[in-house]
Amino acid sequence: MTDPVLDVRGLRVEFPTRRGVLTAVDDISLTIGRGEILGVVGESGAGKSMTGMAILGLLEPPGRIAAGEIRLSGTRIDTLTESEMQKVRGRRIGAIFQDPLTSLNPLFRVGDQLVETIRLHTDLSKSAARARALELMREVGIPAVEERIDNYPHQFSGGMRQRIVIALALCAEPELIIADEPTTALDVSIQAQITALLKRLCRERGTAVMLVTHDMGVIAETADRVAVMYAGRLAELGAVEDVVRRPRHPYTEGLMGSIPSLRKDMDELQMIPGAMPRLNSIPQGCAFNPRCAHAGPRCRRDTPRLETTGAACWLALTGETA
Amino acid sequence: MTRPILEVDALERRFDVSAPWLNRLLEGKPRRTLRAVDGVDFDIQLGQTLALVGESGCGKSTIAKLVTGLHAPSGGAIRFNGDPDKMQMIFQDPYASLNPRWRVGRIIAEPLRTLRPETPEPQVMARVDELLRTVGLAPADAAKFPHEFSGGQRQRISIARALAGEPEFLVCDEPTSALDVSVQAQVLNLMKRLQKEMGLTYLFISHDLSVVRHMADVIAVMYLGRVVEIQPTADLFARPLHPYTRMLLDTIPDLEAPKRDRAPMGGEVPSPVSPPPGCSFHPRCPIALDRCKRERPQREMRVHDRRVACFAAEESADV
Ligand SMILES: Nc1ncnc2c1ncn2[C@@H]1O[C@H](COP(=O)(O)OP(=O)(O)OP(=O)(O)O)[C@@H](O)[C@H]1O
Ligand SMILES: Nc1ncnc2c1ncn2[C@@H]1O[C@H](COP(=O)(O)OP(=O)(O)O)[C@@H](O)[C@H]1O
Ligand code: SF4
Ligand code: SF4
Ligand SMILES: [Mg+2]
Ligand SMILES: [Mg+2]
Repeated sequence: MTDPVLDVRGLRVEFPTRRGVLTAVDDISLTIGRGEILGVVGESGAGKSMTGMAILGLLEPPGRIAAGEIRLSGTRIDTLTESEMQKVRGRRIGAIFQDPLTSLNPLFRVGDQLVETIRLHTDLSKSAARARALELMREVGIPAVEERIDNYPHQFSGGMRQRIVIALALCAEPELIIADEPTTALDVSIQAQITALLKRLCRERGTAVMLVTHDMGVIAETADRVAVMYAGRLAELGAVEDVVRRPRHPYTEGLMGSIPSLRKDMDELQMIPGAMPRLNSIPQGCAFNPRCAHAGPRCRRDTPRLETTGAACWLALTGETA
Repeated sequence: MTRPILEVDALERRFDVSAPWLNRLLEGKPRRTLRAVDGVDFDIQLGQTLALVGESGCGKSTIAKLVTGLHAPSGGAIRFNGDPDKMQMIFQDPYASLNPRWRVGRIIAEPLRTLRPETPEPQVMARVDELLRTVGLAPADAAKFPHEFSGGQRQRISIARALAGEPEFLVCDEPTSALDVSVQAQVLNLMKRLQKEMGLTYLFISHDLSVVRHMADVIAVMYLGRVVEIQPTADLFARPLHPYTRMLLDTIPDLEAPKRDRAPMGGEVPSPVSPPPGCSFHPRCPIALDRCKRERPQREMRVHDRRVACFAAEESADV
């Protein structure tokens, strides 16, 4: 069997602070295969971005990986030095963030930025790199590329800028793309264009994609499998159809019920009482237990975990919570 | 039918977005006008919710500001057949709209003190307690500052403040867009409950069609400053008449149909400074007729008692 493109095992991310160590991400294990889109979903503060940043080696100090292993096509990358990791980023892992302007330099023409990135990662000549840049811009759906290549970022709309960021991420034909809320700032019609683009690239090039978002709709539409995060841990992981239609974790179930339906009339939306805990007050046992209608003594004592798929929930795992 | 509580008629709002006059003089650039709201009509019945839905920049917030008097219209009319003091607004960003240096009790009491300055202080405090309970917070929260609350709790504080003015009519501009879905559910349920209990009327603005479907009795779909279609909620979803509405409905992710493959709507919303002539949707419209490029479909076109601004929808309804 070939190695998955991304293999994360037991990842923990910590932030030492004056008032003790905060654990933002704990015990995350997941894999992404070639041509697969894994969605990572959860509400704000669940640890989605920290997971992505840890994989990219971009955690801001004092944040650090405190436990676990990260492998890219079989090779450990969490132990690399910063300069080695810099080469991995861009060449083997591409990154797309919510705000395209964080990835683009406002002072340079987009074409020059693409050419520079391409030349950094390949040995193409300047003119060959420009031809490649035009090709990439065409591939991500920029109209009239010959005219647009010499424009500055501010001359593009939000959706077009995000396409250029995707083109930048593709420059070195990476094995893995980490996209953190790539469509959150965009209108629905543009959002659909970008997710369709990601899907196509993934299918045609075999790129593995980790799609981080708080939007269950985007996940349902785009991902093959989905990881649901709650308070820094995985609550549920499985095929997107299963998780969306037959959620097994009470949190996922509540989340799905809280989203207004496009088809069914609902007098009231399902409510999960309370709120996700802060990092400094994560309850013992199952972090969801104070909000869970099924919580039993075991839930308050032991932390449930999931191996590769399913729900991290005593009820789902053992049929009881006593 | 009784007289609507709000009547909006041919409403227009233009903004001058010209370069500074010196630049215009030196570079010979003309004045430029942006038509943020370009001839909009709708009515809202007492106790109902009308939703404005559409993509960013289509003019939703501008309408909210016109209705609440924060902007003056450039044309048309707004008639509010209620007590103007009983109109309140809830904003998208519950943090920016709450004074960070005031305690929550003072924030909520302020509209009350303005409305009835003669109210004795113990009564004001009792009312604040009651309002906090109404929105699912605790009386003890009155002593805290806004930053001590989560996004959803802050939005509850905004709602409590709006209710303190004893409103009949609430203009809600994306009240849950900054919130996670589980928190959104809490706020939407609260808004529905309050509407039922107090007979409130809502002008509800959102870009999220599933939220709008859940909240509204009537939906007005906007594109580039115009209402392209207006229908009762169930009808709009069962039989969207305007090609833009149909494309929007095809585009939104459907949780009940995961992993759907579909062709997304092409193109982008054009600039409102230079909208396309005729029907402003024609460059993206898959069924555009020749006349769509020249003539503007009229806003009062009626199809089966619905209103839709589209030549094709009108023609197909004739047969
Ligand atoms: N004060 C202003 N000066 C100039 N242009 C303005 C002003 N306010 C709004 N506009 C423009 O008017 C148009 C409509 O804006 P509006 O804020 O009403 O949109 P919206 O539908 O609320 O969008 P969103 O979904 O992004 O909130 C936009 O093109 C906007 O840039
Ligand atoms: N520099 C930091 N110091 C301490 N805590 C942090 C820092 N950065 C992020 N966190 C915390 O880590 C948690 C996870 O954050 P994040 O991954 O950004 O969440 P998400 O992307 O799911 O919204 C949050 O509780 C956040 O407050
Ligand atoms: S482990 Fe217990 S508390 Fe946690 S989700 Fe399952 S039943 Fe609920
Ligand atoms: S008026 Fe013409 S261009 Fe406009 S939506 Fe109707 S068919 Fe399409
Ligand atoms: Mg994030
Ligand atoms: Mg707005």
